[in-house]
Amino acid sequence: MTIDRLVSPASRATEVLGGELTESSLKRYLNGISGVDAVGLEARAADLGSRSIKTTSKAWALDRIISLIDLTTLEGADTPGKVRSLVAKGLNPDAADPTSPRVAAICVYGDMVPAAVEALGASHGLDKGPGGINVAAVATAFPSGRASLAVKLADTADAVAAGADEIDMVIDRGAFLSGRYGQVFDEIVAVKEACRRPDGSFAHLKVILETGELNTYDNVRRASWLSILAGGDFIKTSTGKVAPAATLPVTLLMLEVVRDWHRLTGEKIGVKPAGGIRTSKDAIKYLVAVAETAGEEWLQPHLFRFGASSLLNDVLLQRQKLASGHYSGADYVTID
Amino acid sequence: MSHLAVPKTYKLYIGGKFPRSESGRVYEILDASGEFLANAAQASRKDARDAVVSARAAVSGWSKATGYNRGQVLYRIAELLEGRRAQFVDEIVHAEGVSAAAAMAQVDEAIDRWIWYAGWADKYVQVAGNANAVSGPYFNISVPEPTGVVAIVAPQDSSLVGFVSAVAPALVAGNTVVVIAAERLPLSAISLAEVLATSDVPGGVVNILTGSPAEIAPWLASHADVNALDLVGAGALDWVQLQIDAAETLKRVFPPEQGSDAAAPSLARIVGFTETKTVWHTKSLI
Repeated sequence: MTIDRLVSPASRATEVLGGELTESSLKRYLNGISGVDAVGLEARAADLGSRSIKTTSKAWALDRIISLIDLTTLEGADTPGKVRSLVAKGLNPDAADPTSPRVAAICVYGDMVPAAVEALGASHGLDKGPGGINVAAVATAFPSGRASLAVKLADTADAVAAGADEIDMVIDRGAFLSGRYGQVFDEIVAVKEACRRPDGSFAHLKVILETGELNTYDNVRRASWLSILAGGDFIKTSTGKVAPAATLPVTLLMLEVVRDWHRLTGEKIGVKPAGGIRTSKDAIKYLVAVAETAGEEWLQPHLFRFGASSLLNDVLLQRQKLASGHYSGADYVTID
Repeated sequence: MSHLAVPKTYKLYIGGKFPRSESGRVYEILDASGEFLANAAQASRKDARDAVVSARAAVSGWSKATGYNRGQVLYRIAELLEGRRAQFVDEIVHAEGVSAAAAMAQVDEAIDRWIWYAGWADKYVQVAGNANAVSGPYFNISVPEPTGVVAIVAPQDSSLVGFVSAVAPALVAGNTVVVIAAERLPLSAISLAEVLATSDVPGGVVNILTGSPAEIAPWLASHADVNALDLVGAGALDWVQLQIDAAETLKRVFPPEQGSDAAAPSLARIVGFTETKTVWHTKSLI
């Protein structure tokens, strides 16, 4: 018999699981979570996607979608110039309409954080006042997560030191799929610690499950619980680099976990579907799923985000259509 | 055992596919004597919107194809039409109530017009373009380029030849089209779509809507992603208002034409929906 390994004593897990946190107690807890009714989940998601959202509700939804977007550029070809233009777009999404709301955050690779912070200037910080925008950085050897823990922690600490308000980390899917839950757990706890700023506050930690690589809904549910227990502030579906990325059933499942966690502890965890959401129509389906699963109070940037780049333009086209009464075209929004 | 006739429901043609109207509506097509002939999809503004999205997506591929290649593709349509002439003659006889000879003449004319326009695809640039004289050691060259997405209201009193006469010239230069077929005579247009779908024309280059032009045309005229508007068959509509709507987004517009020679073959119909690009280039390096 192997000796049971102790895992990091994260406060949430200690409270919920009780006793001493070990690899096997964690495993027992996660494997004890009931399985997902896949057919029921997909039927429920399809049903939520069939709601008709029109006129004033649609106008509200479009503006809300913009204010929930993490405007993202995660390309090898990113430059400080591209990040600056992305920030300009985030601050003023529709150049022809200053009433358009601003996005929630600019999401970039760690080395682009200083460029984003500088470009945002006085508007940096979602909580610093109306119109503030956060800077989110992907870290921990995004998107694969295949690096040593030391590298991942340095990656995270570096982004936080540069001024990132939010860290999007990836879990070690290889470890998770081979059942080494304790290792995944310890990594999240360690990254969370690396998010600590000198003044004792923390950068928000979003944990990317990369659901496209987890294969089953059961795994998604377990990974969601694992991430929350380890201290994640947000659970995020995907990196956007793996297909399938965010899907409505997967997001619905994660919202259910968040709802259950809230019932269990009173604590609110955020959800971020990312990748593959390109049209306003799709995004509105997600809003409906959020409102009818976790609750309407989740429809705010501290608890729900869209990780997207091309979605914003489609929302702007829809907004222009509502305002002008005629269909708009790609010539009337910026080329990103 | 007698055979029970299966009436055909004619669907729309959008992005190389044959969807029903998103509105779920159909309307009855009657033959010349007022008898039921078939059901056709009654397109809504959202079908028009989807058609414009498909047409826009197809612009880059179709406009980048060489004129030589576009000519071959258009010629191929004529070839396929030739092979299915019996079906078209039959449809025109029923829908318009004309003699078989008159229907055959219409199909022949439609085929000839495809071929006539196909021939222009690699030639119109030479005619419409120019090497401009300038007072310096430069080449100064003007070339026509396709304007983009063209919305067309097809002639309303012709099954096939009017439709072809409006669509073919817009395709020659590399534009993609969204066309509203004749409201009472849409069957040949959709049958032509079945020809297009099995020809070499890429999906989305031609998108065909059936239904009420009065309902759909205003949405296309005001659509900011449509670059040009051919109102050849819009004589019975409030086409002045359509022109005003089109002006809001700086579209090129052709006015309505009446009579049997509406949209008669002409180079002007090709060049009308192009933009002129002028470039300077040094003659030599010293």
